Amino acid sequence: MNVKDYSKEQLMDFYETMYKMRRFEEEVFEFYKKGMMAGLAHLYMGEEAIATGVCAALSDQDYIGSTHRGHGHLVARGADIDRMMAEILGKKTGYSGGKGGSMHIMAMDKGILGANGIVGGEIPIATGAAYTAKLKKRGQVAVSFMGDSATNEGTFHESINMAAAWKLPCIYIIENNLYGISVDIRDVTNTPDLAVRAKAYDIPGIVVDGMDVLAVYEAAKEAVARAKHGEGPTLIECKTYRWQGHHVGDPAVYRSRRSETEKEEWQARCPVTTLKSEMCKADKALEVVIQEIETKIEQEIQAAVKFAAESDYPLAEEAFTDVFA
Amino acid sequence: MKELTYAQAICEALDEEMERDDNVVVLGEDVGFIGGNFKTTVGLLEKYGDLRVKDTPISEAGFVGMGVGMALTGVRPVVELMFADFLLVAADQVINQAAKIRYMSGGQATVPMTIRCPIGAGRSSAAQHSQSMQAMIAHFPGIKVAIPSTAQEAKGLLKTAIRDNDPVVFFEHKMEYNKKYMIDDNVEPIPFGKARIAREGKDITVVATSSMVMKSQAAAELLAKEGIECEVIDLRTIVPFDRDTVIESVKKTGKLIVADEAHERCGIGAEIAADIAEDIFYFLDAPCGRVNTPNVPLPFSPALEFPLIPSEEKIYAKVKSYFGGK
Repeated sequence: MNVKDYSKEQLMDFYETMYKMRRFEEEVFEFYKKGMMAGLAHLYMGEEAIATGVCAALSDQDYIGSTHRGHGHLVARGADIDRMMAEILGKKTGYSGGKGGSMHIMAMDKGILGANGIVGGEIPIATGAAYTAKLKKRGQVAVSFMGDSATNEGTFHESINMAAAWKLPCIYIIENNLYGISVDIRDVTNTPDLAVRAKAYDIPGIVVDGMDVLAVYEAAKEAVARAKHGEGPTLIECKTYRWQGHHVGDPAVYRSRRSETEKEEWQARCPVTTLKSEMCKADKALEVVIQEIETKIEQEIQAAVKFAAESDYPLAEEAFTDVFA
Repeated sequence: MKELTYAQAICEALDEEMERDDNVVVLGEDVGFIGGNFKTTVGLLEKYGDLRVKDTPISEAGFVGMGVGMALTGVRPVVELMFADFLLVAADQVINQAAKIRYMSGGQATVPMTIRCPIGAGRSSAAQHSQSMQAMIAHFPGIKVAIPSTAQEAKGLLKTAIRDNDPVVFFEHKMEYNKKYMIDDNVEPIPFGKARIAREGKDITVVATSSMVMKSQAAAELLAKEGIECEVIDLRTIVPFDRDTVIESVKKTGKLIVADEAHERCGIGAEIAADIAEDIFYFLDAPCGRVNTPNVPLPFSPALEFPLIPSEEKIYAKVKSYFGGK
C-alpha cells in the first residue's frame, strides 16, 4: 500500500468512511446482543475497503445495487446513518419505515437501488440501471455488488453476458469472503479466482486485494473510466474476509476446517487499522487528525444509536401502506 | 371502426405508447427483428431503434431483472415473455423483486414495468407452453394482473398497464392473436378494476376472463334461445378485482359461475366465490360453480388436449345444470 500517491484529504476520506462502517456495525451487533434488534443482520466488518474504494470512484448520480450484507455499501454512498440504524431496529423513522430491515435498506436519493435478500437477485437489476444510463446517455455507471456465492447463481451469467454484449456501463464487484453461509467457495467452485469467468464474456476480469482500499479504488477507477468511455463492463474480484459469521447469530465454527488461524491471519490485515498505520507511518502528524475524525464519527454513531433507540415503532396499520394489494 | 387482429391491436398499443412517451422500452425474446413470436411488435424496431426495442438472449431471469432495474431508474419497460410458462424461470425477479420493491423501500421507489405473456392451450404445445398462470401471480401482493378478452380490450388495457406505476403482468391469450376484431379508431386506456358487462342477463352471472369471455358470450346466445339469459362479466383485471360489479350482478341473478382457463384448484373461481360469499350468500339460490381446465397438465395430442380445454359447450352445459338440464 503506497499512501504517498494520495492526498491527505483523500486518505482521510477513505479512513473516515471505513471507520464509520466499522463503528456503525459494532453498534448494530450491540443492539443484537442486547435483544433490541429483531431478526438478524449480516455484518460487513472486515470488508470495509471494498465498498469504500469502489464508491470513492463513483459520482453522486451513479447507481449501486447492494446485497444482504449491505450496510457498508450504504455508508460508502453517504446514506443517513440515523435512518439506517432506525431501519435496522424496525423503527418508523428508518429508510423504509421498518418494512425492509437490515437486509433491504434502500436509499434512492443516494442511487442505492436496493439491498437484496436474494443472492444474485440484484445483479440484473443493477444491469438494468446500466441499460437506462446507456439509453438515456446520462454518463452514469451502475455497480453491482455481490458475494462470492452469487457468482454461482444464473443471474450472474445472464446479466454479465448481456452487459458485455451491449457494452453496458456496469461494474460487477465480487466480494469474495470465501464463505456462502458455511460452505467454502473453494469446495464448490473449480477455480481459485472467480474473476477468471470474465474471459467467458471477453471483458476484463481483475483480482484485487480486498483488504487494501487503495488497490480497490484504483481498480474501480479504471473500470468506471472504461464504462464511461463505452467500453462495457468490468468484473472485479476483491479477496476479503468477514470478521463475523454469516449473520450476527452464526458462530462460524466451519472456518477452522482449513486452518485454525484463518480468522486471525485475515484480521491481522484489517483494512481499517492497516490504512491508519500506513498513514501515520508516512506522516506522524496525521495521528492527531485521525483522532479528531474518530471523535467526530463517534459522536455521529452515538447520535444514530440514540435516534434509532428512541424512535417510535410504526403503527400496525402501516403494514398496509406502500403497496397495491 | 377498423378491422385488426388481436396481435395488431397489441402492437398498436405499444406503438402509440412508445410514440407518446420516450421512456417506454420494449424488450424480450424475438421482439425486434422478426417482430415477435406472435407478431405483436411488428415494425417497432424499425421505428424506434435497437435501444428501445431490444432482442434479448434467452435469459428470462436476466432480462426481467433488467426490466426491474430500468423501471427503478426512470424507464417504463414492457418486457415480453414468449410464453407465460416462462414466468416461472423469472419468478424471483417478478415475485421477490418487482412485486416487493415499493413495499420494502417504504414507498421510496416504484417499479412501473409491464410483463406481457401469452397463456392458454389449444396449439398442441404440451405442458410447458400451454399454462394459464393468472391465479398464481394474483396470489402475491404488489403486482397487478390484467387479462384482456377482445382486441379492443387488449389495446385499452395494455395502455393502462404501461402507464401504471406498479408492476403489471399482462396475460394475452395465444389463441386470440390471429383472430380479427372490429375495434374503435381511437382506443383510450381502460381503467383497471372496472369490469365490463359483456352481455346483460337476469338469470345467471358468468364471470369470465380472457377468451372465456367470448366463449361465454357464444354459449349465452345459445342459452338465450332456450329462455335462459346469462349476464356475462368480463373481469378485465384480477388484481384489482371489481367486487362491486360482480356482487351487484349476482344479487340480481342469484347464481354465479366463474369461467377461467387456468386449472380449477386454488383458482380465481374459488377466490371470487369465497371473496364475495359474505355479500351474496343470502341472495344465492344455488352453489357457485366453476368452469376450468381440470387439474392435470396440458397434454400434447389434440385427442387429449381439446377435451380438457374449457369450451363454449362446457359453459353451456354448466349453465344448463343450474336450470334442470344436463
